[in-house]
Amino acid sequence: MKVAEEYPGLYEYANFELPQEELFLPGHGLCASCTIGVIARHMLKVLGPDTIVVNPTGCAEVSTVVYPRTNWAVPWIHVAFGNGGSVASGIEAAIKVLKRRGVIDPNRKINIVVFAGDGGTADIGFQALSGMLERGHKVIYVMYDNEGYMNTGIQRSGTTPFGASTTTAPAGKKVPGNVTHKKPMVAIAAAHGIPYAATANPAYVHDMVYKFKKAAEADGPAFLHILQSCTPGWRFEPKYAIRVLELATETGYWVNYEIDHGEFRVTVPVPKRKPVKCFLQLQGRFRHLKPEEIDTIQALIDKDVAEINRIVGREVIGPVDPGLECLTPRGAR
Amino acid sequence: MSAQLIREKEKIIKQKRIALTGNHAVALAVKMARAEVIAAYPITPQTPVVEKLAEYVNNGELDAEYIPVEAEHSAMSAVIGASAMGARTFTETSSQGLGHMYENLPIAVGMRLPIIMGMAVRTYSAPINVWGDYSDVMSMRELGWIIYITQNAQEAFDTIIQAYRVAEDSRVHLPAVVAYDGFWTSHVLQPLDVPEDEEEVIRFAPITRSWVKLDLDNPAQLGAVGTPEWYWEIRWQAVEALRGSTKVIEEVDNEFGRRFGRRYGLVSPYMLDDAEIAIVTYGSVYGLVKKAVNKLRSEGVRAGALRLRVIRPWPGDLIAKYLGNVDKIMVIDRTINHGGPLYGPMATEIATTVQRPVYNVLATIGMRAIDSDMIYEAAMKVYRGLWAPGVPYTVGLRGGYE
Repeated sequence: MKVAEEYPGLYEYANFELPQEELFLPGHGLCASCTIGVIARHMLKVLGPDTIVVNPTGCAEVSTVVYPRTNWAVPWIHVAFGNGGSVASGIEAAIKVLKRRGVIDPNRKINIVVFAGDGGTADIGFQALSGMLERGHKVIYVMYDNEGYMNTGIQRSGTTPFGASTTTAPAGKKVPGNVTHKKPMVAIAAAHGIPYAATANPAYVHDMVYKFKKAAEADGPAFLHILQSCTPGWRFEPKYAIRVLELATETGYWVNYEIDHGEFRVTVPVPKRKPVKCFLQLQGRFRHLKPEEIDTIQALIDKDVAEINRIVGREVIGPVDPGLECLTPRGAR
Repeated sequence: MSAQLIREKEKIIKQKRIALTGNHAVALAVKMARAEVIAAYPITPQTPVVEKLAEYVNNGELDAEYIPVEAEHSAMSAVIGASAMGARTFTETSSQGLGHMYENLPIAVGMRLPIIMGMAVRTYSAPINVWGDYSDVMSMRELGWIIYITQNAQEAFDTIIQAYRVAEDSRVHLPAVVAYDGFWTSHVLQPLDVPEDEEEVIRFAPITRSWVKLDLDNPAQLGAVGTPEWYWEIRWQAVEALRGSTKVIEEVDNEFGRRFGRRYGLVSPYMLDDAEIAIVTYGSVYGLVKKAVNKLRSEGVRAGALRLRVIRPWPGDLIAKYLGNVDKIMVIDRTINHGGPLYGPMATEIATTVQRPVYNVLATIGMRAIDSDMIYEAAMKVYRGLWAPGVPYTVGLRGGYE
């Protein structure tokens, strides 16, 4: 791959083959074009059948495990909203002792994954996540980030971006929607000294599955922050579910990177950025924004991109090129 | 009859007498029951339990995983996860700690996980009070846990062992809490008979692993969404399991008695056969109550006492049997049901059980000390008709209802 030569941080995706077996089964109740299914399906393809899924309260839970049906062909547990990290800690501890006592085959490699939304991770589940990371439980924590409490009807969360209109941070005459910007969850997770933390985006599926693999192979806790487009919450036409995610990366709004044992790598370089307006204008939640508010968001993105380039030591995310078309045909990038 | 008097000669295993505090007695029972995952957060007055367990694990005396979690919400979550994986689990809490783990308590029930929790009881804030009353455990009554309230270190030790056997019985599969007085039991050094051969405990309560687990070879979904079409039926199974656990609790208690020489029953009656006044209570105060009963008897008042040991499931038949013919029933409640019908939760439940008003006395709130004379005086007021049934009275409260 040419890009890999230009950008030595990029993975060689070509050698990675996914199994045919489906462990996230069809027939779920997710919204049309919801990308949670894309994430869950690929996650289980990588992690395999010896995986235990801990699923805190959220869209994934209510739409995939409505008794007596389930979409998970692996053991799955939902306890509450704020405790994915601690439930997984208990499961991991139990597996350790049960292996020692000969109840579970000590050679069996079992993946434990917390599959949690942004509310269950960045907000109510923050403490349990931190405790789990700090204690070093070997758990893969996957945060699918649809940037709000979409399950309960589009309330703001700690990862809702600046300017998004939500039901608890509505765009009004005085306030232009949400006034905070996304909580930097990967930086926070990595600051616990864990071996692997990364961002991913289902529009870049090879990158995403590789990160699942890396997370499973990590010698301790792994944290994945995955952007997930949400039709009702972001208010775009269902056909744009992947396109809007592509634009997130193409505009530098979302950067796919990893922190592997402290080493920072951007895994999807963007030589030239589209203006963030391209990402925003596809979505109803930003429709109210005035040009100066869009400029504020562009400035936030520019600052983040500059910081990432500074860490990498070169311009891995390029400058904004206003000449780029927002909706280039798929495959043209 | 006190429990220790019921000694059967057959098959009683060899024991040695040591001295331990209630907290350390509980830790020892958990160690002998070979708990596999312990998750806990310190809170007074239970802290010595989890400190001792950490010591056992770190000394290699107990092969378990000890998770020093960052809060009680996570302690209960971690033992739910571990129990769901099939491990024998333990946690312990008190007061605000229970409050912090509260949302997970009914979840352990709904998932039918045989988690055992110890509780050195303590009142709730505010004002901050680290001392023992029964506010915490009484706030769990509606959630579906088996609730034991023990009287002393020996009983706490024995009951932890019994609780594992009960909870993991395939007819039960419910979590259980073993409560005992904060400080009055948790921190007081008491004589304790423990088996010389620790294996006797695991022989009595082997780990069954018979509950529904996160089995990789037979994947199950625990905690799925229960729509209105299903929730009630599923919850009702837990309700029925709790009701049915009465039989298992008795069976296990009886067998424990045969093997270890001590049994306690669902309730402990004292001199009730001909009693015209009965004092009902729970926890360590029962000793004082019995002393007060002795004094009343010495003055010709036919008094008796009843100690509640298992309050969930509620042994209503047994309570009705013991108290049904007693003229005046005085219930000493050690927690306040703010604004409730009688202010005392057990008084309310006893009144419902015997279907007539009882005399409700609140005492030891926030661990305000009382003595047997104060109980005697309260009982005398009831006996002489100075107090009315169906209204709350207090013992030891400045400016209270007396």
